[in-house]
Parts: sequence; C-alpha cells; structure tokens
Amino acid sequence: MNIVVCVKYVPDAQSERAFREQDKTVDRDAVDGLLSEVDEYAVEEALKIVEASEGEVTVLTVGPAQAADAIKKALQMGADKGVHVCDDAIHGSDAAATSLVLAEAIKKATDGSPELVLMGMTSTDGVMGVVPAMVAERLGMPQVTFASELTIEGGSLRARRDGDAASDTIEASLPALVSVTDQINEPRYPSFKGIMAAKKKPVEQWTLADLGVDAGAVGIDAAWTKVIDVAKRPPRAQGTIVKDEGDGGTKLAEFLAAGKFL
Amino acid sequence: MLTDEEKAIRDTVRRVCDDVVEPNIVQWYESGDLPARELAREFGALGLLGMHLEGYGCAGMSAVDYGLACVELEASDSGIRSLVSVQGSLAMFAIWRFGTEEHKQEWLPRMAAGEAIGCFGLTEPDHGSDPSSMRTRARRDGTDWVLTGRKMWITNGSIADVAVVWANAGEENGGIRGFVVPTSTPGFSAPKISHKLSLRASVTSELVLDEVRLPAEAILPEVTGLKGPLSCLSEARYGILWGALGAARSSLETARRYTTERTQFGKPLAAFQLTQAKLAHMSTELQLGLLLALHLGRLKDSLGLRPEQVSVGKYNNVTKSIEICRTSRTLLGANGISGEFPIMRHANNLESVLTYEGTAEMHALVIGQALTGVQAFR
Repeated sequence: MNIVVCVKYVPDAQSERAFREQDKTVDRDAVDGLLSEVDEYAVEEALKIVEASEGEVTVLTVGPAQAADAIKKALQMGADKGVHVCDDAIHGSDAAATSLVLAEAIKKATDGSPELVLMGMTSTDGVMGVVPAMVAERLGMPQVTFASELTIEGGSLRARRDGDAASDTIEASLPALVSVTDQINEPRYPSFKGIMAAKKKPVEQWTLADLGVDAGAVGIDAAWTKVIDVAKRPPRAQGTIVKDEGDGGTKLAEFLAAGKFL
Repeated sequence: MLTDEEKAIRDTVRRVCDDVVEPNIVQWYESGDLPARELAREFGALGLLGMHLEGYGCAGMSAVDYGLACVELEASDSGIRSLVSVQGSLAMFAIWRFGTEEHKQEWLPRMAAGEAIGCFGLTEPDHGSDPSSMRTRARRDGTDWVLTGRKMWITNGSIADVAVVWANAGEENGGIRGFVVPTSTPGFSAPKISHKLSLRASVTSELVLDEVRLPAEAILPEVTGLKGPLSCLSEARYGILWGALGAARSSLETARRYTTERTQFGKPLAAFQLTQAKLAHMSTELQLGLLLALHLGRLKDSLGLRPEQVSVGKYNNVTKSIEICRTSRTLLGANGISGEFPIMRHANNLESVLTYEGTAEMHALVIGQALTGVQAFR
C-alpha cells in the first residue's frame, strides 16, 4: 500500500515564539523549527504499515523553504520520498486554504488515486485539528480522526478512537484519511543508516502552478479569519500568602470557598 | 561548524540517551549494576556500535560523527560512553583492522547489532602504563595456542562474548600478539571488580586465562608487537577526547542553572562576580576543548592523526573536563555532592577517564617526546 503522510514544520515549542509585526503571522526567522511532534506518530504508523506489507511512504509538507527540514526528518526515519509545496503566495494561509493545497498535492503525488493518507491529529503550533477533516472532504474520502490504533485489512481499515467515557472501534473503506493521536505508537529515532540514506532520497519541489491552484485562493488575503491582535500572556500574579494568626484554618477555608473549591 | 547530518546524529544520540539512559542512570550508578546487554542492543539498532567502521554491518560514519556521539553519551555518564568505546574502538576495531576475514564475518555484524559484546585485554594487575612488560603468555602447542595470565580493569569483561587478548608469544612469534578469544573457551573466566567508587555504571572485570587453548586461527594475523594494541588505544582515546567534554558540559549546565535559581544574601548566586568568573572560565575551556576536538576530528577524517596529536586532545580535554566538574561542584555548595545532581557522578567518573587509555602523565610524556625527541619514560 502506498501511503501519503502530511506533516507540518512548526516552531520549536521549547523556544520563545513571536509574531511578525506586519501581518501577525508566526515569525519563523526568530525561532528554530522542527517536524511537528504529533506528525512523527503518523510517519511511524505509515512506516509500520508498509514494513508489514509493502509499498512506499511519501511525506508531504506545505510550507516555507525551511520546512524541508520536516521532510528530511521523516526521510531519516525511513519514509521513501518527499514532496515539498513551497510558494510565497501560500504565506499566511488558513486551514481551509492549506487543505486545498494539500488535497491537490496528494492527488498529484498519487496520480489521482491515493490509497491511504495519514496525518497527526493536530499541529503543535496552530492546534486547530481541522485540516485532516477538510482534506478528506476535498478528496471525497472517509475521514477517521483521532485514531489511537489502526489496522488495515484488505480493502478496509479499523481504527480505535478513545473518548473520555468510551472507546469506539470504527471501520472505513479504503481509500481513506486517518489522523492519529500520540497514543498510537512510539515513533522511532532516525538510525545512523537512516540519516545517511535520507541524503539520497528524492524530494520534489512543487509550486501552486504545478498543482493548478490559483494563488488568489490561498494566502493571507484569502483567509476566512484574520488575526487582528496578538498579546503576550501576562506574567503570573503573585499568589496569596495566608498568615496563620490562630485562624489559619478558617482563612484557608474562606480562600478555597471564594475560589469555589469548597 | 557542523553539517545538518552531523547535527541529526548528535540529536538522535541525545534523544536516545534522554529516553533510555537519563531516567535510570542514577539508579544504575548507585546499585553498580548496568543492564549492558539491553543497552547494547538499543545502541546497536541505532548504529552506534563500531559506527566509524566500514562494512560488516557497521554504519560507516565519520570520525566527527563518532566524536559527537561520544559527547552525548558521556553527558549522560562516562560508563555508558565506555561501553560504546570499548565495543567499537577497542574490540571491534582490533578485529576489523587486524583480524582475518573469518574473524570479521563471525563477530563484527553481531557486535555492530549489539547482540555480541566484546572486551579488550591489555592492562595487567602489575603492568598498566608499561604494557610491553606484560606477563600474559601465548605458548605454541602443536598448531594450537595456549594462553596463560591475568588482565585487569577490563570494561565489559564479565558480560563479553568475545575478548581480544594481547599476550607475549615470544620473540620467535613476533612478540606481543593479539588473540580472538570466545569467552566460552575452557580456562577463561572474568570475575567482576566490585567496590568501585568511579564508573559505577560500567562493568569492569578481571580476565583470568588459565591454560586457555585456542586454535591456530585465533591469532590476529595482521599485526605484531605493541603497535597493535596501541593503535586500538589511539582510536579509543580519540573518542574519549570528545566524550569527556560531555561530562563537563552536563556539569557546567547544571551549575549555570543552579546559580540562577539559588539565592544567598538576597540575590541569585549568579549575581556574584566570583560565580560569573567561574562560569566564564569553565565555558571558555569547554568551548576551546570542543574546538580542539572538532579540529582533530576533521584532521582524522582527512589526513589522519598522529598519536601525539591524540595525546594533546586527551591530555587537555580530560584534565580540563575534570576541572570543570570540580568547579561546578563548588557552585552547588553542599548540593554539589548530592546524587540529585549529576556533577559528583561525572567528577568521580572522570577520575577513571583521566587514568585509563593512557594516564594524563603518559600523554604529557608522549607530547614531551614529540617536542624534544627524548623519550622520558623508558
């Protein structure tokens, strides 16, 4: 089975993140980026499926030039080839536009007939979690989101979705799109052989024109929503010090009651 | 200074150490018990064992790649780096460089995968810096070789599947010769050395060779004399001159963070000029050491290294690293000796690292000899 894994290059959550003054988008020059952590689980799942049967894993990303690093990481883990859609016009795209570009790129990468598309359940920067559903809709595929277990059997798949109160096991026909949680597996480290082999793996660079996507349909101006203001989270205020003057217990109870803890 | 691939290799080793070593190292160190076989398999899957060797299942990486891996391993613990050094640079390298095709086929792929563990027997109870006086003998009996003697301070000895043992085979047979000894051979035993106060997360053993009978083909054919074991040591010393800096980095980073958080006299320790002077000095030495290591690594990958160049690296980087650990300890005050922080463990480990693979004194004498043409130790 040939699998396309969509991955995202995100700012490293360990670093201080900032927004660009002019358009309130993430300032990518100010911070190191990496392959979104949740997407590593999607890459791992794809590798496991292919290793257990056969086929190829193509890793696809939409993003600026630096996003090539996310593809490289997935190739080092063992994916077979990469596709990087990179076009200045995509800058500032919202989830809807991103899903359009991804859907067209998936079609082109699979000659119009994708078998299985995997994604992380959400990116670790935008944290919207809507792109998988949007891409599935555009491709006319069953969407199975938040899978914590995945098995492929013949022409269908089975996935377990863990909710707060219960877990569902659902079945879908292939081709399908599945987004995975961080419970589904334990992503491998790139081995040294993987790191060396990745240097020779093919990565295609596509623009919007290559995909036949109108530049006016994507980018910051086409976005349905707009970030109008960004403010840093205020520093935490100092807590309340309760001094025990024989009535410490009462004061503590009053404090908890005021916070509706009692 | 580093390529993308070199950074990826460094990051991968860091991640493995964070996942596999860091959560357990304090307990391993305190109990003096290392699950070396499990670790070897984990490291083997990554490609870490014999990573700088070509073929036979080895990863074929550069000297700089190997050095960067050593830094990350030793930032976790010198014992973990020792496990990898002895496996790759001593046992595997000896077989890879001086062994027969059969030796290589039999041992290297399994050792690279971490399924077989190797050790390297040169040092003896009474012969450390002066291995040429070794007492271990290899005697010819028909076509067989019979080994008798004792080796001391042998990393991985008790858990090894194969030992590369150096023995005096007599002038007529080329003097000091290397032998590939399966540890299951009758007469071979490897009792563990207990009561160590350094490198506690490392298996250290004595090798006892009591009339160990080996077939003719057990001998390493490609080298005679002391240059055999010394060239293996040069490989391992190269890894150490990088690795020791990892222990220093971990200690310095711990001290830097601690001094920004610990308050005395109403201000953070970091706000005292004496603290900053210590931090600045340590940071400078660490960076100089890394530059020296990288320079030697690039040289090794291009022209190759002379033994005295490796000596400069080991001499400087290990002495500076132990100094950084000790100074970092002072910045943590009493907490510096606590097992809650890694500094005392690193400092204790480096006491061994300062001595093994050529003592600091011997390296000074090797450098002295290169400078003056006069050998001062014989």
